[in-house]
Amino acid sequence: MNEVFGIPIQAFMGQLMLGLVNGSFYAMLSLGLAVIFGMLNIINFAHGALYMMGAMLAWMGLNYLGLDYWWALLLSPLAVGVLGILIERTMLQWLYQLDHLYGLLLTFGLALVIEGLFLNAYGVSGQPYAIPEVFSGAYNLGFMFLPKYRAWIIVASLTLCFATWFVIERTRRGAYLRAATENPKLTQAFGINVPLMVMLTYGFGVGLAAFAGVLAAPAVQVGPLMGSNLIIVVFAVVVIGGMGSILGSIVTGLGLGLIEGLTKVFYPEASATVVFIIMALVLLVRPAGLFGKER
Amino acid sequence: MKQKLIGVLVGAALAACSTGALAQAKAPAMKLSGEAVKIGVLSDMSGLYSDLGGQGSVIAAQMAVDDFKEQAKPAYKIDVVSADHQNKADVGAAKVREWIDREGVDMVTDVLNSAVALATAKVVAEKKRILLDVGAASTRLTNEDCNPYTVHWMYDTYALANGTGKAIVKQGGDSWFFLTADYAFGHSLEKDTAEVVKANGGKVLGQVRHPLSAADFSSFLLQAQSSKAKIIGLANAGGDTINAIKAAAEFGITKNQSLAGLLVFITDVHSITLNVAQGMLLTEGFYWDFNDQTRAFSKRFFAKAKKEPTMNHAGVYSATLNYLRAIQAAGTDDADAVMAQLKKMKISDPVIQSGQIRADGRLVHDMYLLQVKKPAESKYPWDYYHVKAVIPAAEAFQPLSLSRCPLVKK
Amino acid sequence: MDRKLLGYGALLAFGLAAPFLMYPVLVMKVLCFALFACAFNLLIGYTGLLSFGHACFLGTAGYVAGHSIKVWGFPPELGLITATLAAAGLGWAVGSLAIRRSGIYFAMITLALAQMVYFFFLQTPFTGGEDGLQGVPRGKLLGVIDLTDDYALYYFVLAIFVFAFWLIHRTIHSPFGQILKAIRENEARAISLGYDVAKYKLLAFVLSAGLAGLAGATKTLVFRFATLTDAHWHTSGEVVLMTLVGGMGTVFGPVVGAAIIVTLQNELADKVGSLVTTIMGAIFVLCVLLFRRGIVGEAMALYQRMVGPRP
Repeated sequence: MNEVFGIPIQAFMGQLMLGLVNGSFYAMLSLGLAVIFGMLNIINFAHGALYMMGAMLAWMGLNYLGLDYWWALLLSPLAVGVLGILIERTMLQWLYQLDHLYGLLLTFGLALVIEGLFLNAYGVSGQPYAIPEVFSGAYNLGFMFLPKYRAWIIVASLTLCFATWFVIERTRRGAYLRAATENPKLTQAFGINVPLMVMLTYGFGVGLAAFAGVLAAPAVQVGPLMGSNLIIVVFAVVVIGGMGSILGSIVTGLGLGLIEGLTKVFYPEASATVVFIIMALVLLVRPAGLFGKER
Repeated sequence: MKQKLIGVLVGAALAACSTGALAQAKAPAMKLSGEAVKIGVLSDMSGLYSDLGGQGSVIAAQMAVDDFKEQAKPAYKIDVVSADHQNKADVGAAKVREWIDREGVDMVTDVLNSAVALATAKVVAEKKRILLDVGAASTRLTNEDCNPYTVHWMYDTYALANGTGKAIVKQGGDSWFFLTADYAFGHSLEKDTAEVVKANGGKVLGQVRHPLSAADFSSFLLQAQSSKAKIIGLANAGGDTINAIKAAAEFGITKNQSLAGLLVFITDVHSITLNVAQGMLLTEGFYWDFNDQTRAFSKRFFAKAKKEPTMNHAGVYSATLNYLRAIQAAGTDDADAVMAQLKKMKISDPVIQSGQIRADGRLVHDMYLLQVKKPAESKYPWDYYHVKAVIPAAEAFQPLSLSRCPLVKK
Repeated sequence: MDRKLLGYGALLAFGLAAPFLMYPVLVMKVLCFALFACAFNLLIGYTGLLSFGHACFLGTAGYVAGHSIKVWGFPPELGLITATLAAAGLGWAVGSLAIRRSGIYFAMITLALAQMVYFFFLQTPFTGGEDGLQGVPRGKLLGVIDLTDDYALYYFVLAIFVFAFWLIHRTIHSPFGQILKAIRENEARAISLGYDVAKYKLLAFVLSAGLAGLAGATKTLVFRFATLTDAHWHTSGEVVLMTLVGGMGTVFGPVVGAAIIVTLQNELADKVGSLVTTIMGAIFVLCVLLFRRGIVGEAMALYQRMVGPRP
């Protein structure tokens, strides 16, 4: 059996694998958006720009400071997380009393600021980031050709996503977080420092985006525009999944990635729009999203 | 009456040239639209093509102006302005419109990117100014979208297909799948190459279109792999070609299929290195190490730009220099007179040693079929190519009889 | 009242004289974007709906106008009307889906749907994809006035703008406009008063989309070019910025905002390159943090503080 529906099985499995890789990025980013939205009631439009920044920092670290991939995987999310905390303290916190839309507008502005700075420094075209030595090459599984690095992306992001899920849903600290999401005033009254939690949540959420950025760096061209096109798809993912559940956003992200991969096999022309079409269908049938509760 | 006057002026100019008393004789006869002759270099300054055009093109245009000033000692000012079209046709067209309306730009050159070039050609035709296009490749510029004010200077997709495509089919690469940049240039290159492949007995199995400046080529390459074609033709350029070649290596595609870069510049070879690029066939209109004249020109360019000129940079130099010679000879920067002069004169400079502009606006000159050297064969920096064949001007480009340009009288 | 009339007269006089004081093409671009921003303001300012996908109406109308004039040979006025109707139709489709959710979700849904429209235009052959729809003839208005002349076209564009502006003004001050404001202020109450809120929202959305389309179609005529840039989400963001800078929910705010942003972009593009994006973003951030009422809103507040509340 060498073919599936007239398509060589290698190419078919390859597309599915790429779909899963994309799905892991959707999952990580929509997870971050969901966590932030839960605590801050803000849709973080800057998420794409911070994802890009994570990748760019990795590239800069390698080229200017000689810091290798593993250092980047550690330091870049930390740096972006700290930047996120600064943003939360200096800007976002003034908006909590206002209409949620202002949060969206502010983070949109921030996205432009960050994108513009990197555009100015590095131009629109991408910079290559070499695949780390351990992951160069590929496994030839017979039925498919699996580049080692792509396999690593899937493993690493799934581990991180489920770790996050575990911390939030199954630990004490996570319980505080969920409590603060449901009712911040009451949680504060129980002696839990909610503003600190909000600050750290935002830092964590954007750190997650930066981590995704570093993971993406060797797989795609590292460029200033890499985040802005991704973020809109992620928004659609969030609308489809609904923002209610952590697990929901992970599952939706991965699932849509796979569907996109399949579309590339059978009808490549629609691969860019399939997520949006699914979004429109979900809105018709279940306006609150697959895992969402109407608020 | 007007034509007669121009004729007299041209005659006077030619006479002046031959006596060699250029500056003194010409100055009073010069009729300019503004106080200076303005040349606009419209290029990709920050994107995926900036390496093969960009600031290098501005340097080349300025070199041409300096050389002309030294040779002809004109009494009028010559200014070079430049702008970034960001690879967006609307941005480029709006910029050119503004240049002409507000700054009195007389001639626009480079215009790397076919989509921008096609839009710019429409603006110059509407405003009666001149476009000497160097960097764009689409043959539409001299076919269905031709106009009396546009010259296509350096190369085009027909010439590339005719050089590289034909050579590869003859080596046995007879089944093709195209990876095509999804805009005017990619479409033209794919179409022209497909025709050459079919005409030489090969077949085309399909194509996939990717967005300009794509971030990730892996899924497109998997589609190419599904086609089982022997040759994956890269109908793209600059950064896109480089990235596609790299991604193909990662996915093990080069084991059973080979890649054919259909438009490869020396800066691309420089960045993918000889190791990866060795043996590749390509077609260019200029190679810096071709003869003494090209070497002398390139040495001066290298001193300013810190890299060898691409055929695009060299073409901008040639276009600018010949434009200035034409206005000097015509005695005016009026677009109609200058175009008449350009089409009449022989193009000869360090870059294009012998060329002629046809009625459809195509500048025909020799093209070179080149092969990338093995790393061991490269003796000095930028020593990258073997010249496999010189394709004579008469065969290199689309025959005038096949042109779909309405300006060609049949 | 007299003073108000005088104000409008002065503005109109400025509009008539503008092409002789400034580069006409630039002024026309400002007018197109001003109309676009006014249409957008009808939604955000008077209905409280933040559409983050308004560029898709601008872009759609641009393509429809370009195609109908260039390929079907429509005269310019018919091209504009067709394009406006097309944009309104798309507005109905997008609106019906988007109003199923509100607030942030509404913004994300409009953004995502607009992105889908963008991809459609990228791939469908009649738009020319990345190349754009080039060489749209300006043609003759009503078969008489030759629009290839920049000045003739300018007055045509000005007339379109004044008409649309008047229409928006009328809408805002009509009973329909009052109901929209009621929905913005308190949706639950509007429902309990017996208004079919969804219907009103959809109607406002369609109207806004149609007028945005008129702006896009006019822009195509000016630049003889319909392009993907107009359908890109960056443009959706820009119109939000224009309205925010000028003042959401004020009549003149979007016009002022559009004039400032378009001129800034035009003048800065060559000087600072990509930093334009950063500057736009920084203006966004500043407005959200400090000047949420926008220039016109702040000016009106200042004026009222000086003169005291209106009798």
